Amino acid sequence: MASQYSKDLLLTMYRKMYLIRRFEERTGQQYTQAKIHGFCHLYIGQEAVAVGANEALRPDDYMLSGYRDHGQPLVRGADAGMVMAELFGRGTGYSKGKGGSMHIFDIEHHFYGGYGIVGGQIPLAAGMAFASRYRNEDRVTVCFFGDAAANQGSFHETFNMAAKWKLPVIYICENNRYGMGTAIGRVSAEPEIHKRASAYRMRGETVDGMDCLKMYDAMKDAVAYCRAGKGPVLLEALTYRFRGHSVVDPARYRPAEEVEEERKNDPLPKLKDYTLKKKLAAEAEFDAIDEEVKAQVDAAVKFADESPEPSVDELWRDTIVEPGEEDVRPRERVLGMKVKWPSYPSGQELKVTWDLEPREKAEREDKKAGLAR
Amino acid sequence: MPPGERKAMVRMTYREAVRAAVREALHRDPRVFLMGEDVGAYGGCYAVSKGCLAEFGAERVRDTPLCESAFVGAGIGAAMGGMRPIVEIMTVNFGLLALDQIVNNAATLRHMSGGQLSVPVVIRLATGAGRQVAAQHSHSFEGWFAHIPGIKILAPATVEDARGMLWSALQEPDPVLIFEHAMLYAMEGELPEDAGAVEISHAAIRRPGRDVSLITYGGSLHKTLAAAELLAREGIEAEVVDLRTLRPLDDETILGSVTRTRRAVLVDEGWRSGSLSAELSARIMESAFYELDAPVQRVCTAEVPIPYPKHLEDAALPQPESIAAAARRTLGERHG
Repeated sequence: MASQYSKDLLLTMYRKMYLIRRFEERTGQQYTQAKIHGFCHLYIGQEAVAVGANEALRPDDYMLSGYRDHGQPLVRGADAGMVMAELFGRGTGYSKGKGGSMHIFDIEHHFYGGYGIVGGQIPLAAGMAFASRYRNEDRVTVCFFGDAAANQGSFHETFNMAAKWKLPVIYICENNRYGMGTAIGRVSAEPEIHKRASAYRMRGETVDGMDCLKMYDAMKDAVAYCRAGKGPVLLEALTYRFRGHSVVDPARYRPAEEVEEERKNDPLPKLKDYTLKKKLAAEAEFDAIDEEVKAQVDAAVKFADESPEPSVDELWRDTIVEPGEEDVRPRERVLGMKVKWPSYPSGQELKVTWDLEPREKAEREDKKAGLAR
Repeated sequence: MPPGERKAMVRMTYREAVRAAVREALHRDPRVFLMGEDVGAYGGCYAVSKGCLAEFGAERVRDTPLCESAFVGAGIGAAMGGMRPIVEIMTVNFGLLALDQIVNNAATLRHMSGGQLSVPVVIRLATGAGRQVAAQHSHSFEGWFAHIPGIKILAPATVEDARGMLWSALQEPDPVLIFEHAMLYAMEGELPEDAGAVEISHAAIRRPGRDVSLITYGGSLHKTLAAAELLAREGIEAEVVDLRTLRPLDDETILGSVTRTRRAVLVDEGWRSGSLSAELSARIMESAFYELDAPVQRVCTAEVPIPYPKHLEDAALPQPESIAAAARRTLGERHG
């Protein structure tokens, strides 16, 4: 049977997954060489979640993540060297080195950050989705968080609000089974996290997060639902991290056999095998991608390593600014390129056109049309 | 305006002034929306937004569920996405439930993103004691918030500032918290009919004097002015400084006043230990120590949870008498 996915899509997905894999492998190495400090959480094993999700999105959709946040900006199109430079704490990093591993921001590509307080980004995503809906845009917001965040109050508080307001936001719970070193089942009365959505009459479902194509399909469907104004979605991506919670975690809380078993599920060979089996690409094409990505990541490490530390003056910048002061655009600042920066309508441009309670009106119309909610 | 002609003045309450400011903002800028608990159908816990739902609709005057962390976070998120939200928190005690969003997100995002992100959110909180609502609705935590870099803190004490600070706050690219003292909502004052935005970076001298500087803000301003009146009867000319902006502090006005009067009394409805008054005192020591003729005095709230009975609540708070007594202490034996 022919593939329902184009060669271009499959190879793009593979390239992006391998970019994360390679980037994270090199990140781990750089950490052990003391080039990277502090907390550093690798995405190895979970690549299919970010890549599958992203390929189902538009470039102008908003995205937020937790602290395991190197992968998402890379798949959105962030410059790998500048992400690595951020991990190195260099002035050429996306946040001038001031955020580090847990706080990557690439606003140019609508990646609104990595957040270090577990679940802290969940309400922000609802607010961003509200902003889009308020302006009658058909943009969606995607928010990643881990399984442990599902026990935070922000998860429940926000789901209630997002569902009641039918906000165009997709929450992707990356359930990698462990909140740091604690298995989710040991601390959760309902470890099947997607089921919690039903408490808020919100759509919730699971997806195999180790399979990029399944992730892509589930996300396509969720995005269509969300863009159509039907409300938020909770997508529980069942995934697994092959490494510890952070670079320094040997992960002794889980049996080695479990990791071995899960490694058989590696999303990269899975996608490659599918593509080869469908005869959409030859082995040599994958080899070429591997080589290109390796060179790209080598260059990223080199760029980071050769980049200067931020000047001490940077300490005092970016806390409070004067009205009218422009946002700092990283790729303009570092690479000197002209970038398209997200713009929002000003107070003069935005027209308030809606009726009172437009959602209630929409609901009535949906009901008349026989649409179940 | 031709010389000699007086501007038409109107009388209004502090509550009406805040309402006028909210309505003006909603009229002038479609990116502005108001959200919070009971701001819509109920008209606001302190009736600030009464009538706004009917005027602007439920999309822009949004009743939220009771979940301070989530709706304050959503306000921050909306600001990140190009909106100009006004988020109302019923009381600063409930604001503690949103502390994480304010401190960890709103205040850090610009710095943490290397200047990529603006968070132009305005959060209004009622603060302060005096209504016999006991220990979970009466506290003054604005000093805690003023500890935090990355946000601006305003404390309108007059009807004019209640009317004018909001629009200025909405023009700021960074988060602004406005603390409205709950005892002030019913206070009346006179305003020019066309009163509008006021600047938000300077303290104001509300009563000039040469003998002692009484430095305060928010709900304590009026008690402090009453204390100055008491002192005037004794021949003491007290200068009353209204901080207006608690972060960043206007050192120039504060130190200028202390340098002139050589004596300072700090009046702060927060608790004394680790308070805004402690910060003010330290700044005076650091920068005007040799100008002082007497030790700085502080009048703060008793370090207990705020009690319910009226006479105990009164005893816990700064009052004109205790403020005047502190001023006399700075003037030495002839007045003490």
